[in-house]
Amino acid sequence: MSLLTIRNLSVSFATSSGQFRAVDGVDVDVNPGEILAIVGESGSGKSVSMLATMGLLPWTATITADQMSFDGRDLRTISAKERRKIVGNELAMIFQEPMSSLNPCFTVGFQIREALRKHTSLSARERHARCVELFEMVGIPDPEKRLKTFPHQMSGGMNQRVMIAMAIACKPRLLIADEPTTALDVTIQAQILDLLTGLQRETGMGLILITHDMGVVAETAERVSVQYAGQKVEDQTVQGLFETPHHPYTSALLSALPERATEKHLPTIPGVVPGQHDRPAGCLFSPRCKFADDTCRQTPPPVQSAALGHARCHYPLTTPEEVSA
Amino acid sequence: MLKFALSRLGTFIPTFIGVALISFAFIRVLPGDPIIVMAGERGVSPERYEELRQQYGFDQPIWVQFWDYMTGILQGDLGQSFVTNRPVWDEFFTLFPATLELSLCAIIIATAIGIPAGVIAAVNRGKFFDRALMSTALIGYSMPIFWWALLLIIVFSGNLGWTPVSGRIGLLYFFDTPTGFMLIDSAMSGQDGAFGSAVRHLILPSIVLATVPLAVIARQTRSAMLEVLSEDYIRTAKAKGLSTARVNGVHALRNALIPVITVIGLSVGTLLAGAILTETIFSWPGIGKWMVDSISRRDYPVVQGGLLLIAVIVMIVNLIVDILYGLINPKIRKR
Ligand SMILES: Nc1ncnc2c1ncn2[C@@H]1O[C@H](COP(=O)(O)OP(=O)(O)O)[C@@H](O)[C@H]1O
Ligand SMILES: [Mg+2]
Repeated sequence: MSLLTIRNLSVSFATSSGQFRAVDGVDVDVNPGEILAIVGESGSGKSVSMLATMGLLPWTATITADQMSFDGRDLRTISAKERRKIVGNELAMIFQEPMSSLNPCFTVGFQIREALRKHTSLSARERHARCVELFEMVGIPDPEKRLKTFPHQMSGGMNQRVMIAMAIACKPRLLIADEPTTALDVTIQAQILDLLTGLQRETGMGLILITHDMGVVAETAERVSVQYAGQKVEDQTVQGLFETPHHPYTSALLSALPERATEKHLPTIPGVVPGQHDRPAGCLFSPRCKFADDTCRQTPPPVQSAALGHARCHYPLTTPEEVSA
Repeated sequence: MLKFALSRLGTFIPTFIGVALISFAFIRVLPGDPIIVMAGERGVSPERYEELRQQYGFDQPIWVQFWDYMTGILQGDLGQSFVTNRPVWDEFFTLFPATLELSLCAIIIATAIGIPAGVIAAVNRGKFFDRALMSTALIGYSMPIFWWALLLIIVFSGNLGWTPVSGRIGLLYFFDTPTGFMLIDSAMSGQDGAFGSAVRHLILPSIVLATVPLAVIARQTRSAMLEVLSEDYIRTAKAKGLSTARVNGVHALRNALIPVITVIGLSVGTLLAGAILTETIFSWPGIGKWMVDSISRRDYPVVQGGLLLIAVIVMIVNLIVDILYGLINPKIRKR
């Protein structure tokens, strides 16, 4: 049975200029011990869909879904109290900005022990021992001393390690990492990714890795879900996706990879993700798609079969030749 | 921390001299000759007048008077009251505990109610409690203190007869006041009902004095909380599965306290100003009433010295506030 199952998740925000649908009919499946990558440009609703899963969206958000279950428990109907027993315990999340995600008023040790106190029955001494162990796991040297420091006394990379230690403190079954390396130096990025995948292997937890970097996907994940303007446009194994992307958007993302670039300049996808006011009538990608015709512009595309990567496209790409055309 | 305290001391000295100058000038620009005022109805003969002028040094040029005053201060001598002939210093410390007791009670009331109210308002932003509280705070802030005090006296002392109208303790009670704090002294006196009497005397003036700071603290807490609640680390705290009370009351409040502590510190100044009015209304024998009486008597040394000591107290409170910042948010200590 899959660990997290989400069917047809939609999230809209009440804004001053009306409702804005940030997530539109997204499906997510993660099996125990699996690494799923969710890719897409900034603003495509990756964070919002995962925050909805965690129950962390502000009250301005309206969440609807046909199914939303974690380990057999229905997250749509669960009480706030029941959810707090799961969140931070079996289901944990880390965020993009390590520097602002930790409370500046408390030591990092306090912030980790707090999670342990909430979800485990460890004694104070055992909690401390667990913190030391966690710091060793995430590669923070001199744990005894570092546990007593405040977030501002450490680098972004170290803070992200603290965030990871905090998230895995209660041995979660699923960890959601929302662009965990985007705010970090390039040299640190690889270290943090290695750490996450290493921990995933060690503990056997499921991992959802949100990123906008296809390169990261290639190195870490087993399965990829591509999101565009709030919709899932493709879902495949990493290998399949890199060989034969079925959606033109995926194909465009891939050709934007440095090692795939054929010209001197990196091809970027022209245009931007549609926002609240400029959503096209048909396929949301049609204004930027080089294959689009009138059908694409007027009719919302169907979701194709699993063999075609669930591509949300009228004319899915099917062969590698077509892709590079 | 020591370095920090020392650097603050550096700003103390100019402020201190400034306040000394202003308080010296203030009482002298008021119309009315202190000797004439002291002589009262009977008047004073020109010879006696000249004698007194020399005795008090008013015949000297003004800058010589200021110089004498300043050198006196540096030797710890604030001069003597024209009226009682007691050193200003002694009078101040006899009366100060009464004001301190009243101010502490007021600040405790204002903080104990203002902070939770502000937190609850922020968490329930836009809902009924928030609106009701903020309207009440606005009323509390803008209400004339004098009118508010009289209203409370009419209701609680007049109609209900629950509280006395003036003083610190019932006339039936006599006991030593070693600490100067009536609540403590009355409790130690062992006399039946003394403590209760002290509490009943204290309650109305404290409420009156607490009103403005309470409104300010509630509003400041609310706005600081609203700002903090949208921070990333609040989302992290929620993602840990912490209870709403813990997220708001520990993670958010601790960060929101910095601006709140600032207004609490600032309201000490307001409080001492408010104490002048409140003490006058309730005949509370503290330094506020002492100042008012001394101004009308043109008791130069008392007014000068009293203002100076009040200013020093405000400066010390501000220093304590600055030190508290660093304790609450260690990030500030680094700067
Ligand atoms: N609290 C909110 N209120 C209104 N709009 C929001 C809110 N949070 C996110 N959005 C909007 O939802 C869209 C998707 O955001 P997000 O999920 O953060 O994108 P990303 O894929 O980069 O993580 C964006 O257009 C963003 O502006
Ligand atoms: Mg995001």
